[in-house]
Amino acid sequence: MNKIWLIIKREYLVRVRKKSFIIMTFLAPLLMAGIMIVPLYLANENQEERVIAVSNQNKILNNLEDTESIKFSKIPESELLTLKQNPNQCIYYAIIIEDEKDIFTIFSKQQISVNVKSIIQNQLQRILEHNQLKELGINVDLLEEKSNSLMLETKIIAQNGKDIQSNPEISMGIGFMCGILIYIFIFMYGTMVMRGVIEEKTNRIIEVIISSVKPFQLMLGKIIGVALVGITQFTLWVILTITISAFFELNMLDENINNETLINTNSMIISEIYQLTSGIDLIQIINLFIFYFLSGYLLYSSLFAAVGSAVDSEADTQQFILPVTIPLILSFILMDPVMDNPSGSLAFWMSIIPFTSPVIMMVRLPFGIDNWEIILSMSILIISFLSTTFLAAKVYRVGILMYGKKATYKEIFKWLKY
Amino acid sequence: MKDYIIKGENIVKQYGKHIALNNINISIPKGSIYGLLGPNGAGKTTLMRILNQIIMPDSGKIIFDKKPLQKKHVAEIGYLPEERGLYKKMKVGEQALYLAQLKGMHYTQAKKTLLTWFEKFNILGWWDKKIENLSKGMAQKIQFIVTIIHKPKLLIFDEPFSGFDPINASVIKNEIINLKNNGTTIIFSTHRMESVEEICDYICLVNNAKTILEGSLTDIKNKYENNTYEVVINNGLLTDTQYYKILEKNRNKYNIQLSDNIDQKAFFELITKETEILSFNKKTATVEDIFLKSVRNE
Repeated sequence: MNKIWLIIKREYLVRVRKKSFIIMTFLAPLLMAGIMIVPLYLANENQEERVIAVSNQNKILNNLEDTESIKFSKIPESELLTLKQNPNQCIYYAIIIEDEKDIFTIFSKQQISVNVKSIIQNQLQRILEHNQLKELGINVDLLEEKSNSLMLETKIIAQNGKDIQSNPEISMGIGFMCGILIYIFIFMYGTMVMRGVIEEKTNRIIEVIISSVKPFQLMLGKIIGVALVGITQFTLWVILTITISAFFELNMLDENINNETLINTNSMIISEIYQLTSGIDLIQIINLFIFYFLSGYLLYSSLFAAVGSAVDSEADTQQFILPVTIPLILSFILMDPVMDNPSGSLAFWMSIIPFTSPVIMMVRLPFGIDNWEIILSMSILIISFLSTTFLAAKVYRVGILMYGKKATYKEIFKWLKY
Repeated sequence: MKDYIIKGENIVKQYGKHIALNNINISIPKGSIYGLLGPNGAGKTTLMRILNQIIMPDSGKIIFDKKPLQKKHVAEIGYLPEERGLYKKMKVGEQALYLAQLKGMHYTQAKKTLLTWFEKFNILGWWDKKIENLSKGMAQKIQFIVTIIHKPKLLIFDEPFSGFDPINASVIKNEIINLKNNGTTIIFSTHRMESVEEICDYICLVNNAKTILEGSLTDIKNKYENNTYEVVINNGLLTDTQYYKILEKNRNKYNIQLSDNIDQKAFFELITKETEILSFNKKTATVEDIFLKSVRNE
C-alpha cells in the first residue's frame, strides 16, 4: 500500500509540475472566460453606423425603420439614380432601388454583410405583409396586439401532485455540457495514462520498477495519480473561470451601472437560474457527474494502459487505440439523437452499456430518469471497470516486458492466458 | 554443507507452446559471484526475472536464504536488468530517492546513503540535473548506485558493463568485488567471457531452457582439461604415436593431445629426444572453450 502511495505521488507531482500542465491550466479558463466576455464586450461597444439611402417616394422603402446598426436616409428618387450612376460620389453604405413591383436591388460599392442583408430582407417582408393585410381590409394594429398574448409553459407532474417548472432547453444545455466534459476528460486523461506507460517502456525503466513493485501496483498507481491530476485541473478550471469572468464582468459593468443595481441584477439572475433549474436535481447531477467521470475514466484508462504496454512507441498505437476509442466517439455522436428522445430505447441501451453510459447517462440525466435505470447503469459500469482493469492488468504485465516487438491481436489474446 | 542464498528446484516456465525454462535446478552459494552464461534466447533473462519475482514460474520451488521466496524479499534483492534506463525528465536525486523508497528504504535513510555514494563516485553535482542531460555512461553510474543502494543480500546483474568505457567498467568491477567481499552474493550474466574468468567463482551454463553445466569455475575447468600442449620445435617433424595425437600443425607449432598412458614429464622427454623444443605450454581450457564446446555438444 505504501508503495502504491509512492507511485501515486510521483505520477501526480511529475505531471502537475510540467510546464504544459501549468500553461493549460491557466490558459483554458482565460479562453473560457474570453468566450463568455467577448460577446458581452461587443454588445456594449457602439457599433459603426451604416447609412443606407432609399427613395422617399417609394411606398414600401419609405417604411423601413432604423435599427441599432442601420440608418435609412430617405432621399428623392432622382438623387438616388444619380448616385447609382456615379458611385464615386456616393457617401452611403448602400442604396436600395425597387426595379419592378416588389423586386428590389441593393447596390453597394463593397459587398454588404450578411447581417445587413437579412435585416433588410426581414423588414421588407414585414412591410409587404402589412400592406397585403391592409389591402384585404384587416386591422393590422389590432392583429399585432392580439398575437402577442401567447405563452407556452412546460411543467413536469411530480409524484406529490405539485407541478415542477421544467425547461427542456436548460436540461439539454446541462446534459450536453456534462456529456462533452466527460468525453473530453476520458480522452485527455486516458491518453495521458497511455503515454505514461509508453514512456516507461521506451525509457527502459519499467523492469527496474517492477523488480520492486507488482505490475498491477504500478498500473493502478499511475491511473490514480493521473485521475488526481484530472481532478486538480478541473477544480482549478472551474475556480479560475468563475473568478476571471466575475472580475471582468464587474469591471466592465460598473462603468455604466452603480453597485446597487448590479446587486439587484445579480440576485435576479440567481433567482432566475434557480427557477429554471428547479425541475432538475442539481445535487444528483453533480454527484453522478463525479461518479460517471471517475468510473468512465477507470474503465477506459485501464484499456489505454494495456494499449500502451503492447507497443514500443506512440506511433504504433493506432491499430489498438481505435477499438478502444470507437465506443467513446460513438457516444459523442449519439448525444444529439439521445437528446431528441431521452427516454427512447436507443437512449436507454446506450446508458446501460458501460462503454457509452458515462457520456450518454449524463446527457439523459437532466431530463429526469427512473432510479432503477440509474442504479442498473451504475452497477454494470462498476462491474465493467473492475473486469476491464483485471484483464488490462494481465495484458499490461506481459506487454511491458516485450521490447522491440510489435504485438498482434492474436498475441495479446495469448497474453491473457499467461 | 554449503550455505545457499538461492536454491531453485525444477523451475518450469512456459509461454504458450514455447518452453522458456525446462526443469531448471540451480544452487547459488552465499557470498559468491555466480556467472550465468548461455547463448541468446537460452532462458537466462527469464530465470533472472523469476528470481526477481517479475514473473512467476509455472511450477518449481525457490528457496531464498532458507525460506521460500516471497514478495517481501524484493527489498533484499537488487536487479540491474539488461534493458535498463531511468525517467529521462526526472532529476537525478529525486529519482534515486524514489527508486530507493520503492525498495522499501526510509526517506531520510535513503537520502543519507545516496549522498555517501554520490560523494564516493564524485558526482554530487549531478543531484539536480535531469537524466536527459547526462551522458549514457553517467546515467549508467546512477543506475548502478540505485541498484545497490538498499544493501541487498543478493544482486543480479545482467550485462553490467555494457555502456561503460574501460575506465568506468573497471570502477564498477572493483565495486562488484567490494560488494562480494562484504558478503553480498552476486549473480552475473554476461557475454564477455574474459570478465567471467576474472571475477566469477561459480558458473552456470544454460542452453535451450536447461542447465547443462553448473559448479565452481575451477572444478569445471579441471573437468574440461583435455591434456593438450602447445609445442614449438626448432626443426624436424612430429607424427602421431601411441602416446600422443597431433591435433593441429602450423609450420613448427603443434597442438598435441596426450593419451592416458603418458604423463607430462615422459612426454617432454620423448620429444626432447627427437628435436629441440623452443616452447612448451600446457593449454588450459578457457571459459570460452568450455562454453562453445558444451553448447555444440548439446
